[in-house]
Amino acid sequence: MAGRHRLLLLIPARLAALGALLGIGAPALAAEDEALVRPEVERREIRSADIDTENFEITVFGGGLAIQDFGFSGLYGARVGYHVIEDLFVEATYGMAEGGETSFEELSGSAQLLTDDERQFRYYDLRLGWNVFPGEAFFWNRRALASAFYLTAGVGGTEFGGDTRFTVSFGGGYRVLLNDWLSLRFEAQDHVFESEILGERETVHNLELSASLSAFF
Amino acid sequence: MRLLPVLVVTLLLAAIPAQAKERLFVEVADPYIELHTAPGRGFPIFHVIARGEPVTLLKRRTDWIKVEDERGRSGWVQRDQIRRTEDEFGRRLEVADANREQYRRYRWEMGVLGGDFAGADGIGVYGAWRFTPNLTLQLGVTQALGEFSENALAEVGLIHSPVPEWRISPYFGLGTGVIRTDPAATLVRTEDRLDQTAHVAAGVRVHLTRQLMFRAEYRDYVVFTSRNDNEELQLWQAGIAFFF
Repeated sequence: MAGRHRLLLLIPARLAALGALLGIGAPALAAEDEALVRPEVERREIRSADIDTENFEITVFGGGLAIQDFGFSGLYGARVGYHVIEDLFVEATYGMAEGGETSFEELSGSAQLLTDDERQFRYYDLRLGWNVFPGEAFFWNRRALASAFYLTAGVGGTEFGGDTRFTVSFGGGYRVLLNDWLSLRFEAQDHVFESEILGERETVHNLELSASLSAFF
Repeated sequence: MRLLPVLVVTLLLAAIPAQAKERLFVEVADPYIELHTAPGRGFPIFHVIARGEPVTLLKRRTDWIKVEDERGRSGWVQRDQIRRTEDEFGRRLEVADANREQYRRYRWEMGVLGGDFAGADGIGVYGAWRFTPNLTLQLGVTQALGEFSENALAEVGLIHSPVPEWRISPYFGLGTGVIRTDPAATLVRTEDRLDQTAHVAAGVRVHLTRQLMFRAEYRDYVVFTSRNDNEELQLWQAGIAFFF
């Protein structure tokens, strides 16, 4: 099949060669030759490896956590994030805090609902973040810094009161870019899970307020 | 709790730059390119660089590239505009795009999945290495948090994608690992258990945009318990993944 096709294709070429021999159709042949010399456009590809890419972000944060029924306490932790596109990022967070005493414990004087170890509040979560409202923050008339609000939602686990519980977290924050790779973030998150620490099973909300410093690399 | 150190290490390993990068000089071929104050289309344009002027490519974040002109002014330019610049030999530059082409060729994949693990809420992370277009080796950890117990799974698996070039690409997998069962503190104390597992999986990867994928799968587990009967468990999960 292919052989026959090649033969068919060869027919015009043979005819042209015959024409050339006979001294006719020479200009047509020249035009065909010219078309054969195609301009060679060399395309160079800059792969992402050739330019330094900074899509990863590492963050340390500190703030406060209001653990439902257990008071407000200090919180600190770290995050690692990856910026997939300019609007979306994914982040893994690990945070630690220590629960205070319930009002019952405080009033009773000596009763302890949880051991010291069980009072440690530790959580991890995996979040998806969406950058909204990009803009600039003006510091009087001296400096303008790029900034953006972002919304996050995620799932994770919270270890408190002796068990790890499935936790849904959502919130938002404000990011100010101090320079190319350093940014300041202010964030509020709600960590929601089902708990039966105080006897009855209920949905508890734990509100986190934090400030963080993050670096892109 | 045990998930995070693994994830952090995986992310850090993935981020180690291959080598020191040199600066790239190019010439603007478009009528002009627009410099934004930060990497995002919403950030203001504060400067333009006209055709013929040389610029240096400094770094890249998502689809934005930081450039610097001869006078030292620097800003962020959208990747599509950089594509139209030329190097010193007048050749047009192509800046690698995370598109369908890369989706066909990528080597590394990471993802986060959530779902139902035998009635408990499951959350998992995984890292995968695609060593041939069809075969992927995957390492993952899953935590399942239920009312009566919490389980942690660590496993290794092999995935076969018969048609990796399709946008919606099905796959099948086999894997093995260990599962730790930790009964809830509010229950009468029972022992923690560590058992071996094996599973078969079937799922689908969907290329969404850029490096982003959606992934959903079903797994059927056999837990080799120390009791007389082996336990069978089902896992349904879905989530997002990205490749690089």
